[in-house]
Amino acid sequence: MSNDLSPKERMAIDRVHMPELPADERSTNFEEVNLGLSADQALSEAQRCLQCKTRNCVAGCPVGVSIPEFIDALACDDLPKATQILRGDNALPAVCGRVCPQETQCEALCVRGKKGDAVAIGYLERYVADWAMLHPDRLLKAAKPEPTGKTVAVVGCGPAGLTAAGELARMGHQVTIFEALHDTGGVLRYGIPEFRLPKEIIDREVAVLLELGVGIECNVIIGKTLTVAELRDDFDAVFIANGAGLPTMLNIPGENLKGVYAANEFLTRVNLMEAGRKEDSATPILQRDEVAVIGGGNTAMDCVRTARRLGAKRAMIIYRRGEAEMPARIEEIKHAKEEGVEFVMLTAPVAIIGTEDGWVSALRCQKMELGPADDSGRRRPQPVDGSEFDIPAGIVINAVGTNANPLLTATAPDLNLNKWGNVVADEEGQTSIPGVFAGGDIVRGGATVILAMGDGKRAAAAIDQYLKR
Amino acid sequence: MFQVVSNEILAENLHKMVLVAPRIARARKAGQFVMVRLAQGEERIPLTIGDADPAAGTITLFIQAIGASTRKIVSTPVGGFIRDVAGPLGKETHITNWGRVVCVGGGVGTAVLFPLVKALAEAGNEITTIIGGRSERYVILADELGALSKNLLITTEDGSLGYKGFVTGPLSEMIADPARAPQAVFAVGPVPMMKAVANLTREPGIETIVSLNPIMIDGTGMCGGCRVQVGTETKFACVDGPEFDAHLVDFDGLSDRLTSYRKEEATRHAAEGCKLAKEVAK
Repeated sequence: MSNDLSPKERMAIDRVHMPELPADERSTNFEEVNLGLSADQALSEAQRCLQCKTRNCVAGCPVGVSIPEFIDALACDDLPKATQILRGDNALPAVCGRVCPQETQCEALCVRGKKGDAVAIGYLERYVADWAMLHPDRLLKAAKPEPTGKTVAVVGCGPAGLTAAGELARMGHQVTIFEALHDTGGVLRYGIPEFRLPKEIIDREVAVLLELGVGIECNVIIGKTLTVAELRDDFDAVFIANGAGLPTMLNIPGENLKGVYAANEFLTRVNLMEAGRKEDSATPILQRDEVAVIGGGNTAMDCVRTARRLGAKRAMIIYRRGEAEMPARIEEIKHAKEEGVEFVMLTAPVAIIGTEDGWVSALRCQKMELGPADDSGRRRPQPVDGSEFDIPAGIVINAVGTNANPLLTATAPDLNLNKWGNVVADEEGQTSIPGVFAGGDIVRGGATVILAMGDGKRAAAAIDQYLKR
Repeated sequence: MFQVVSNEILAENLHKMVLVAPRIARARKAGQFVMVRLAQGEERIPLTIGDADPAAGTITLFIQAIGASTRKIVSTPVGGFIRDVAGPLGKETHITNWGRVVCVGGGVGTAVLFPLVKALAEAGNEITTIIGGRSERYVILADELGALSKNLLITTEDGSLGYKGFVTGPLSEMIADPARAPQAVFAVGPVPMMKAVANLTREPGIETIVSLNPIMIDGTGMCGGCRVQVGTETKFACVDGPEFDAHLVDFDGLSDRLTSYRKEEATRHAAEGCKLAKEVAK
């Protein structure tokens, strides 16, 4: 099949809609919400791409996926070739096709978006990656890279670490990933819920890396079990991508009441430990009728939609700015609303109210109004005097963010940190220790999966250069 | 996978388990713990590292089998495997030569105390160890701790061994006697015991350290579940602790948070019981 439609014919095709589980059905289970495109839908969407010479979309992708090229192969119905192109640029395409904010990256720069709808690049990426997982026998065999004899230790099995490991392995380096938790994936597994990213997808992406010869050792906490200095002695280079750390506390009264969770605890119980999700999970999770989630990012959306699925009758987002200022993906906000989540905007928590026996009973809030723009360009919320009111809640979840994890850095005195405790690294990930690179949330503070992956990819290229010296 | 080298019963529901974990054995210091997960689907449980043999590559855990998960862990036979053991976590105990030190252990806390007593003895402290238990059969590690201590005192609530009463009895006598009053106290055990010890030493201003065991999920400084109020600050036991200045710890808050899942655990307990009953019936 060829991809030789005229621009006019391409322009005449409407953007595909992602098939979804109905909201009333999905809000009671953990099944994946987005069902994926059919072959016909994918083909038709691929034909919408104008194959323009400017390739703006590629510039918008933190890992630089050859987007027009893989879409062209898809439009020619050559899925093995599309896979080869996609996997050549992106170690985790099935993950990115699901959780990347394409609307602010590749798709935001798509020329078709100037007049109408951008090509659904994310949906197509997912389609190709999912097809590849189901058709291992039809994939083009990549030539095994010549082993370089160099070894690299990767700290953390999250998006940055997995990406770097995949890149380095394809360059012929022997990579070992050290993971602190008992399973792979980092935030992909403990943070992102099953209904957005099924754990099976992570397992399959990890399997691709294992096939490339990447070694993974779980239950090894760098900074505790082994130190960075030990890794430096045992490996030719080190990439630190151990992710985010302790939750940022709200510093309001009542934060230690029973029923108050930090987002990471709530999500880890349900996602990693399968509490409330699998009948035989030994890890408990509280379930209440009224759940208030504080924050406006993707983590807040993941918490509130999870709470809804655990049976909350009122699952609420409490956010101090307006909906337009929310950092969460538009799709997450839309899905949450469809699932019956309430959005309480321009509202900030001032205290958590408890019962006599120490359980949360309400979240005391005050109304906010938007003032002039702050440093981040968003309008600064200001409290409205005398506007305090109580929202009844049996669970309060703090999803405002995280601080840097101190475990690794506490035992690496030569590693320069900024004032927040994040590792200082240059554009290519080089830290203050020669041969030691870093990327992802330990450098950036809280950011996205794809930015972490971009760091992993850039650091892998820099590590390759370093090892060739 | 971590192989079980030995598994002995020290007292009712209390096991001493030795595991092959060479990296942890090498890195571990007194006061630190590991996160243990027996198998897929099981909980992550924080357990203090009781002892370690870096040459043999083994660590020793003292495990009180009181919950469903700990009961399953202690039922692992010699030669069997524990799927996940991660550590050593938490800060090491600050060890110095204070002079006279009293170490107080209650229940399974006595086992947590063991590595501290060992390290304090090695630093040249003159140690009095007070072990408390409900009755004689709950008093553990008396010989081992006795060998490291100048004095060993035992208290039981029913008087079946040693002093009748609580650990605070002999401790307050020592504090009142200028010739025996300690320069520092370490206390590990049930929260009410640690609180009582803290109350005794606060007035005379004796430095007192307690080791806390709050609810924990990852143990690596990510989830924040183990937070505890220490003075005016919220601390995280897994990275800031598990040992804290006893005079600053909000024991009532800690106690209360420990009951967060009582109902859920009772339900699971009942369900496990049902399953077992069905299996027995078969």
